[in-house]
Amino acid sequence: MGSPVGRRILQHPVLGSLPEVPTCRIAVDGKWIPAREGEPILAALLAAGITVVRTTERYGAPRGLFCGIGHCSDCLVTVDGRRNVPACGTPVRDGMCVETSRRA
Amino acid sequence: MREIVTEILVIGAGPAGLSAARSAAEQGANVLLVDNSHVSGGQLVKQTHKFFGAVRHGAGIRGMDLARKLTAESKREGVRFLLGTSAVGRFAAGLVLKDAQHKLVLARAQRYVIAVGASERGVAFRGWTLPGVMTAGAAQTFLNLHRVSIGDRVLVVGSGNVGLILAYHLRQAGCDVACVVEARDEIGGWAVHASKIRRLGIPVLTGVAIEGARGQGRISEVTLRSLHRRWGGTWRLNVSADAVCLAVGLSPRTQLLQQIGCDLAFSAVLGGAVPIHDRCMQTTVPGWYVAGDAAGVEEATVAMEEGQLAGLSAAHELGYGSSRSYERKKAEIRSFLDELRAGPLSGDRRAAKEKLCLSRSG
Amino acid sequence: MSLKEWMIRRRLRRGSIVSARIPALDHGRLATCPGIPAEARLQEGPVAVIECAEEIPCNPCEMACARGAIRVGHPITNLPVLDTRLCIGCGDCVAACPGLAIFVVDASQDVRDVVTLPYEMLPIPCPNDVVALVDRRGDIVGSGRVTHARSSSETDRTAVITVTVPKGLGMLVRSIELPGQRHV
Repeated sequence: MGSPVGRRILQHPVLGSLPEVPTCRIAVDGKWIPAREGEPILAALLAAGITVVRTTERYGAPRGLFCGIGHCSDCLVTVDGRRNVPACGTPVRDGMCVETSRRA
Repeated sequence: MREIVTEILVIGAGPAGLSAARSAAEQGANVLLVDNSHVSGGQLVKQTHKFFGAVRHGAGIRGMDLARKLTAESKREGVRFLLGTSAVGRFAAGLVLKDAQHKLVLARAQRYVIAVGASERGVAFRGWTLPGVMTAGAAQTFLNLHRVSIGDRVLVVGSGNVGLILAYHLRQAGCDVACVVEARDEIGGWAVHASKIRRLGIPVLTGVAIEGARGQGRISEVTLRSLHRRWGGTWRLNVSADAVCLAVGLSPRTQLLQQIGCDLAFSAVLGGAVPIHDRCMQTTVPGWYVAGDAAGVEEATVAMEEGQLAGLSAAHELGYGSSRSYERKKAEIRSFLDELRAGPLSGDRRAAKEKLCLSRSG
Repeated sequence: MSLKEWMIRRRLRRGSIVSARIPALDHGRLATCPGIPAEARLQEGPVAVIECAEEIPCNPCEMACARGAIRVGHPITNLPVLDTRLCIGCGDCVAACPGLAIFVVDASQDVRDVVTLPYEMLPIPCPNDVVALVDRRGDIVGSGRVTHARSSSETDRTAVITVTVPKGLGMLVRSIELPGQRHV
């Protein structure tokens, strides 16, 4: 099994300490996870150790972060009922409801 | 549809676009700069390492700080920024954009600079679609911009400067790097980058390819295969890794260039299909300029110089700036570009660029 | 595990670069670079050692030396030339090199050599810390004591670490590792 624990980079030799920003929470497949204000949905998922962002329609194959820049469509999730939202480029909002297993 | 009118529209706010916008605005032109990201700086924002090049052109400064510096300079010159805004396409009425509120906007300009950069290539192998396999840029974005780890034990595919620098970034972020593998029999990047990671104990294996990856839900193991005869016969090795980063090259983003109908040529050295442009960075479509990686994959320093050239030329075409200062600045920039493309490690980019410009004058 | 697999895995652990270009830049070949001082100068006291062997466009080192001991000129792909008569081994150039390729070595002392090196990892050691000494290949070659650890806005987050090393290892040690840091 893959690593279940994500990690935020709290200290970095060049970037310094992780700045304090307001936190919120988003629901992912029915479970609340913490998120930092302004970060993309995919960052919150990775920090929570969630690496499977969607499953493919035909074979149910797991997909996750690939290009990170909105080109590849591997990270499309359903947000508040709206489908095909790119998790890498969409900022979190408190109370947002994300589904990873809905077909894109 | 909302309409915006401007004199010079620059598409892409990376080093090339920011430089084009700033230098055009410096000459007095009205400039609008758009980028689909919410942050300006392009690829610079995730580069935590100090840049090479000439000190008077920003060498020694960390990429992310250079992004802030260029952004501040552009703003100071009065460049108007529209972030979170993507270029949808060019139509008869003008360039259609989609803004941050997902509303369509019609932009009309007298000159356009396309500085949209390049996109990363991928390499397919069994299991490459599994979560954990990502591009080098994706890894850097999430490590350095969003400050989230992308894996505990990472394998890097590709030993160009991108892959070598990524291995360094990974260790700085606290991720273990299993190794860097390179299919060719020599590393592609500069020895200085390889030396930095070698000191950290990171193996760089040339003549080795990634053959497959497997895992439940995300990758947990990778199979490497030797290619080069120095290994004395073919071997396969399983290496545990929970992330694989592909640093296998970039290609110019040509969608908008193709749509405007400019001529493209193929150049392997420059990353694939590249727009033919003259020495003022104008494409074969009058009024449309190109700069940076979209004009051929090189480096940020080259992107900044080409951007300046494009911005200056576009502004001059509109009557801004004296001819004498224009000729002088153009000559300065071209001479510095030659210097940046000199040396045995520039991979014939200078010759490749000259070939692109051969049929054009100016 | 077969012998072949063991040998391959051993290469993976040692951090070697299996490439023709890189081993050529090891000590023997580096000695011909214009940024490397002669053996005699190393015995006289601290001096810069610029391990820059490939012609890439880069010149921050030239600007970093207040005494003008480093010369790149034009084109900026020239290898930096060190004038060892002007160099006093102050170390201002160490943090300036974007490639972390500049060091200061003092091989003039009787019982130890002293190496000053650039370092961009965490944690940054403190003076008096004992650290593992690492060579260009990533192998641990001994242990040493940190005498200075400088990181300021002037060095732009590149820490400059001075460490004492066993006599004779001054031209070998190029990095450090702190306890618990070794990744295998």
